[in-house]
Amino acid sequence: MTQARSSEKLQTAFIVVLLLLAVVGLWEGAKAFSRAVNYALDLPWGGTLDLRNFNNQQLPHLGDIARSFVEPAQRNGPPLGLILLNASLFTLSSAVIGFVLGGVLGFLLAIIFAHSRLLQRGLLPYVVASQTIPILAIAPMVVVWMRQINLTGLAVPIIAAYLTFFPVTVYALRGLTSVSPLQLELMRSYAATRWQILFKLRIPNALPQIFTALKISATASVVGTIIGELPSGIQSGLGGAILNFNQYYVQGPPRLWATIVAASLVGMLFFGVVALAERLIVRWNRPE
Amino acid sequence: MQIKRLALMVGAFVALALAPLASAQDLVPVRLQLKWVTQAQFAGFYAAAAQGYYEEEGLAVEILPGGPDIGPQQVVAAGGAEFGIDWMGSMLASREQGTKAVAIAQIFQRSGMRQITWADSGLETFADLRGTVTGVWGFGNQYPLFAALVKNGIDPDNPDDITIFNQPFDMVAFLNREIDSAAAMTYNEMAQVLEFVAEDGTFPVYTLEDINILDLNEEGTAMLEDLIFVNEDWLAQEGNEELAIKFLRASFRGWVYCRDNMEDCVQYVLEQGSTLGVGHQTWMMNEINKLIWPSEKGIGQLDMDLYQQTADIALNYKVISAAPDEGAVRLDLAAAALESLQADFPDVDFFGLDYEPIEVAITPNGE
Repeated sequence: MTQARSSEKLQTAFIVVLLLLAVVGLWEGAKAFSRAVNYALDLPWGGTLDLRNFNNQQLPHLGDIARSFVEPAQRNGPPLGLILLNASLFTLSSAVIGFVLGGVLGFLLAIIFAHSRLLQRGLLPYVVASQTIPILAIAPMVVVWMRQINLTGLAVPIIAAYLTFFPVTVYALRGLTSVSPLQLELMRSYAATRWQILFKLRIPNALPQIFTALKISATASVVGTIIGELPSGIQSGLGGAILNFNQYYVQGPPRLWATIVAASLVGMLFFGVVALAERLIVRWNRPE
Repeated sequence: MQIKRLALMVGAFVALALAPLASAQDLVPVRLQLKWVTQAQFAGFYAAAAQGYYEEEGLAVEILPGGPDIGPQQVVAAGGAEFGIDWMGSMLASREQGTKAVAIAQIFQRSGMRQITWADSGLETFADLRGTVTGVWGFGNQYPLFAALVKNGIDPDNPDDITIFNQPFDMVAFLNREIDSAAAMTYNEMAQVLEFVAEDGTFPVYTLEDINILDLNEEGTAMLEDLIFVNEDWLAQEGNEELAIKFLRASFRGWVYCRDNMEDCVQYVLEQGSTLGVGHQTWMMNEINKLIWPSEKGIGQLDMDLYQQTADIALNYKVISAAPDEGAVRLDLAAAALESLQADFPDVDFFGLDYEPIEVAITPNGE
């Protein structure tokens, strides 16, 4: 059993390394090829293919991106990696608050909808509609509203929550309502109350789905936070870093790429933490 | 017992947390919404805060950096800030849409927007742009150039006359020579061209000799840029005119400080933005000073001729649908601030008539 497990892990690690190498090969290969043909490829059927997107300006070497982490972003300043670490922590803390806000709201909505078909039919369309409005349009308004009621600090978490509550509502609702009729009848035959059915049957039944939603929400909350930081004028997070490195892109393309790497690492870290929590909490019914 | 101790601790904690508030209580809190992210363009305000000028006026000023989705007019109209920084064209447009914005001080006396071309292209005047691919920024920033083109008999809407290219806020298209000319602020994009490092590490690739600078100020089609505005209704409330004068006094002193202590001001900006390049911000500070100094009428005073020029271009290009009303600008507050400053600080120069810019060394990538 343990031997099978460890060999399985080895396989996974092997595939991960292989994929990574493939990406590096593709990335650097495309660059080397484009350089060799001087960034213009003559097509056999006439015309040329513009390959300038693969030059160092548009697509820096992976080595240069890696090196930019240890080089200072500012003369005599700390290395970019340290700045990005601080920015990541700042962004992550807003994302966590937004994730909790969105998670709680989404779960409460799911419970309400699970118990009232009327409310579900009446309100669910609006919940769905809310997700069709681009977050970019809503973010500046949330910032202005929050500032007006002196809760500026909540603006970014609310924007993050806006992206995160939806998957939780949809998945949790599904989990809460998809209990087997047999189990439901058994609970009722014991004269269980609604609350007892909710806590002893529905929620345990919904947990795997809820965690699926939370994993989606974890990454979405990081995206929402970064988007929210822009109209909030927050300079300390990843949003501010992306904005500045974008504006001064010509002056150091690897820095923007490094910031993108940092942002994705934050999302993956958050995802990993939620996945770990899932392993600890949902010990039954794990789809494997 | 446990609970009592906890309560005591909480009490002590709250008292400690509130202690700094007590001393700052007599300061009036106000907010300033910048037009863009923290950079030397706004150094004077950061200097006024760092030097304690705002505090001396009894103000606790919070400086709110801007960003791509932040309209200072909207923020001020919604009460998210008392003061805002904007350019005259968009301020007048927002006023027409009902934001009740009023300009109370004109910080930049001249415009920093230029059209640049490569020296080897031979394009040296706006008239030369006929038949070229010309980069402009959208969002109302294109009109000073359009006015210059029209003045030279070129119709920006006629593709036979000129090809207008909507350029993003970086200089890549110009550096790649995909466009013949590009819009550039002296304090930002122009430096980015000079700071460019080639793929093989060559630097400098371009110097000022390599580019022609077409100046909209000289062409007479520039529009006024950074100014301070407030909301009309807010200003009408009792005591707020005095508050505005105090804010202007401290801000003006901040800009004087940045003229005389450039290095300090660059440092104040860098402290607020750890991702900004030192060389680039030093260049920017120097260029910003050039836009402010000399202030022939005194710091912050509005030149009505330039205002008229700005309003005319705005009207001509339908940025606004009617000439702005009298209330769009207030000259008296900045005048009162300047007058009282001259009385209080007779040794300080608020005009900068003998101001001389320094030569800033271009650094690779603006580092």
